[in-house]
Amino acid sequence: MRRSIIVDTTARLIFHSALVLSLYLLFAGHNQPGGGFVGGLVAGAAIAVHYVAGGIDDVRAVMPVRPWVVLGSGLVLAAGTAVVPLALGADVLEGGLTEITLPVLGTTKLTSAAVFDAGVYAVVIGLVAMVFEALGEEPLHEEDGT
Amino acid sequence: MTVLLAGYAVAGMLIALSARSLRRGAFALGAMPMVLTLGYALWRTGYVLDGGVVTESVEWVEALDLSVALRLDGFGLLMVFVVAGVGVAVMAYGALYFPSTDRAARTAGLLVVFAGSMLGVVLADNVGFLYVAWELTSVTSYLLIAGEHEKPEARAAARHALLVTGAGGLALLGGLVLLAQQAGTWSLSGILQEAPTGTTAGVGLALVVAGIITKSAQYPMHAWLPAAMVAPTPVSAYLHSATMVKAGIYLAARFAPVFAVTVAWRPALIGIGLVTMFGGGLRALRQHDLKLLLAMGTVSQLGFLLVLFGTGLPEATAAGCLLLIAHALFKATLFLVVGVIEHQAGTRDRRDLQGFGRGWAAVKVATVIAAASMAGLPPMLGFVAKESAFEAYTHEGPWGAVVLAGLVGGSALTVAYTARFAATVLARPRLHAAPATAPSQAFVAPPLVLAVLTVLGGVTVGPVVGPLVEQAAADLDGQVQGVELALWHGVGLPLVLSMVAVLGGAFLVLERHRVARALVSLAPRFGAADVYNSAVAGLDVLSRRTAGSVQSGSLPVYIAIIVLTAVSIPGAVLLTGAAWPGWPALAETPAQLLLAVFIGATALAAATVTRRFAAAVLLGAVGYGIGLVFVVQGAPDLALTQFAIETLTVVAFVLVLRFLPRRFERRRPAIGVRLRLLVAGLVASGVFCFAILSAGARQVEPISGELVERSLSEAGGRNVVNVILVDFRGLDTLGEISVLVAAAVGVVALARVRRRPYVGEER
Repeated sequence: MRRSIIVDTTARLIFHSALVLSLYLLFAGHNQPGGGFVGGLVAGAAIAVHYVAGGIDDVRAVMPVRPWVVLGSGLVLAAGTAVVPLALGADVLEGGLTEITLPVLGTTKLTSAAVFDAGVYAVVIGLVAMVFEALGEEPLHEEDGT
Repeated sequence: MTVLLAGYAVAGMLIALSARSLRRGAFALGAMPMVLTLGYALWRTGYVLDGGVVTESVEWVEALDLSVALRLDGFGLLMVFVVAGVGVAVMAYGALYFPSTDRAARTAGLLVVFAGSMLGVVLADNVGFLYVAWELTSVTSYLLIAGEHEKPEARAAARHALLVTGAGGLALLGGLVLLAQQAGTWSLSGILQEAPTGTTAGVGLALVVAGIITKSAQYPMHAWLPAAMVAPTPVSAYLHSATMVKAGIYLAARFAPVFAVTVAWRPALIGIGLVTMFGGGLRALRQHDLKLLLAMGTVSQLGFLLVLFGTGLPEATAAGCLLLIAHALFKATLFLVVGVIEHQAGTRDRRDLQGFGRGWAAVKVATVIAAASMAGLPPMLGFVAKESAFEAYTHEGPWGAVVLAGLVGGSALTVAYTARFAATVLARPRLHAAPATAPSQAFVAPPLVLAVLTVLGGVTVGPVVGPLVEQAAADLDGQVQGVELALWHGVGLPLVLSMVAVLGGAFLVLERHRVARALVSLAPRFGAADVYNSAVAGLDVLSRRTAGSVQSGSLPVYIAIIVLTAVSIPGAVLLTGAAWPGWPALAETPAQLLLAVFIGATALAAATVTRRFAAAVLLGAVGYGIGLVFVVQGAPDLALTQFAIETLTVVAFVLVLRFLPRRFERRRPAIGVRLRLLVAGLVASGVFCFAILSAGARQVEPISGELVERSLSEAGGRNVVNVILVDFRGLDTLGEISVLVAAAVGVVALARVRRRPYVGEER
């Protein structure tokens, strides 16, 4: 398989900044435009860049766990946020809210909705990665003929 | 009682989890809850026999009136003794019958779960819980029949049993719901007290009867029971003779005293029972496989039981209670004997068995006792039961005489097939035959104990079994009083009839060759099993044809159907009712106009270009244009999502394009260009009108204002779009991501055919 050094380098450059952007979108989502869904899509786009550069092997190399693990744990996380309040005597998905003070970042709010959103985030990333896993089995190759 | 039932679930789970390390020990662990149940039942016996009823209730789903409501009365106690008592014997036996493997341990676990479910059936007072327990017995039965799942016939038999009993279970559910609605209560005892009448209740009863017939293997739904004999013998002994198949009988017994007066109940149940008793008996006479012989005998006896319990008269009910105990004892014994023979001799075909000599005395004793009880000979429990059954119909006028004639005939058949069974087991070893290894004493102990109970029960029927049966019958039917059970009733009509039955059976045995020829010529060419098979095959054909005619395989046709449906249904509603709110302004800002032109142009270009790659990029451009519209309208969240989606979609398209030719094929399309234009035009105008009309059709204040207002105060977020997604409508989102997960799994499954394994994944 032919690799382009330009695409390779660009992919490496973009990947991490795109991931940071996706995390920003995830956490900012509660108060500013963004959210788990968009964040997950941006992270998915970052993975797509790696796919374009090096095919499924590159995607597998950058993902520390298999895509279905991400997918499943996202659903478990979201469903857990829905079910845990039941065990505590509240209604399904009832939210909690606490303020915590972090050393550098200052006071921030922590909501159970953020955990739920993180679940959505993981599901979307898992979905995108699984689509690559499914569609992109074969390495990129030049088409024969015209 | 609730704790006891939970104990079965816990024990079953424990065994299932540690099957590998437990192996044979699983049977000992599995017997624990049954022993505890027996202890509990003995402790409560005094109280229940004094007319007491033990009730317990734990709320489960309040909104559905579903609770784990348990009720232990006399009949319940009788069933508990049968289920737990035979259960202990089967577990003790199973430990020696099965090789010490994981699979045997799993079988033990399933048997425990089954026993718990069966106890749930006989103790349930809430009909919802009764249904759940009922279906649990069907499911565990399915798993147990399919125990040796690599055998196709085991899988087929399991599926047969599940389909028939499962369908009956659904009918039962419908019936119970109808009856509960009519009676206004979900309590079984409450329904029986209310005794609802009328058409609805009648339909409900008919459905309940359907459940009874399927579960208790009555004609014409009996064929699954002989098929289920592929299961290991302890399973057959426990589920398919002593307990599970009695679930239907149990329900009939509960309902009959109240509903027997309903128009068709009594003739229907007695008719079905008699047909079953005869059919099963005749089939038993033709079997060479000892286990199948017993299975058809079970079908026959279940018919007998249904006659007694379906009658709904005090004496018949009491006789039924006694026969139920007697049958559980002798049939379990005989099944276990067959298991011993199969285990030692390697066959259970009576033509291949060579007779049994030294070391088989205990087996022979057990067989003689149990067979005598089955045939209804004194001094066994089966004799007393049959005498009381005959007695019950001696003074009921003409219809009683008809039933009596049927019962005597059925009993004669029973005597005949019992003799057929006993003759094989009792045969002396043939000359020069390799004798089967004699079984160990521990292996024979369970059937022997059950056989001894059969004798003891018969001899002490007055003081020991009598009170239990009396209380059981009295709790079923308030009119029962003074049931007199005795081994010796004196010479009367019942004794004469008993002798007629035995003589009839003896005649059938003496004339067995002629009988066999007659049976072969009488045998139906197309039996119930064939009906089942052709029904299943017919369903296969039907679904193939339906799929073939509906699924044309043409994507344009599918898309046309989908979009036309999407437009025509709201369109029809709009045409009938909506008022045109007037044309909206052409554009609010110049940017909108510009974007509209851009989107229109790119969409048109996407539809007309010939290169696939260009089409994919143009589609992406359409999406970005729409994203820009969101930006102009002040919806950054939507825009952001739209952009991200479009980006990924284009990438996905490009990935797929690698596998396709560069240009669209110029083949004759399935739908002509004009038709496509028509569909496209219809969809476009439909969506356009719908958008304008629906915007003007609002009648109530939108909730968006309130959502914005409460976003920060209640959910602590300023971005209302996100707050709606993760908080206000969080459950919707949960549903949506579940769909995403399913879609992702589906996509991978579809493409998996060519999947490359992970490096290091192959082991």
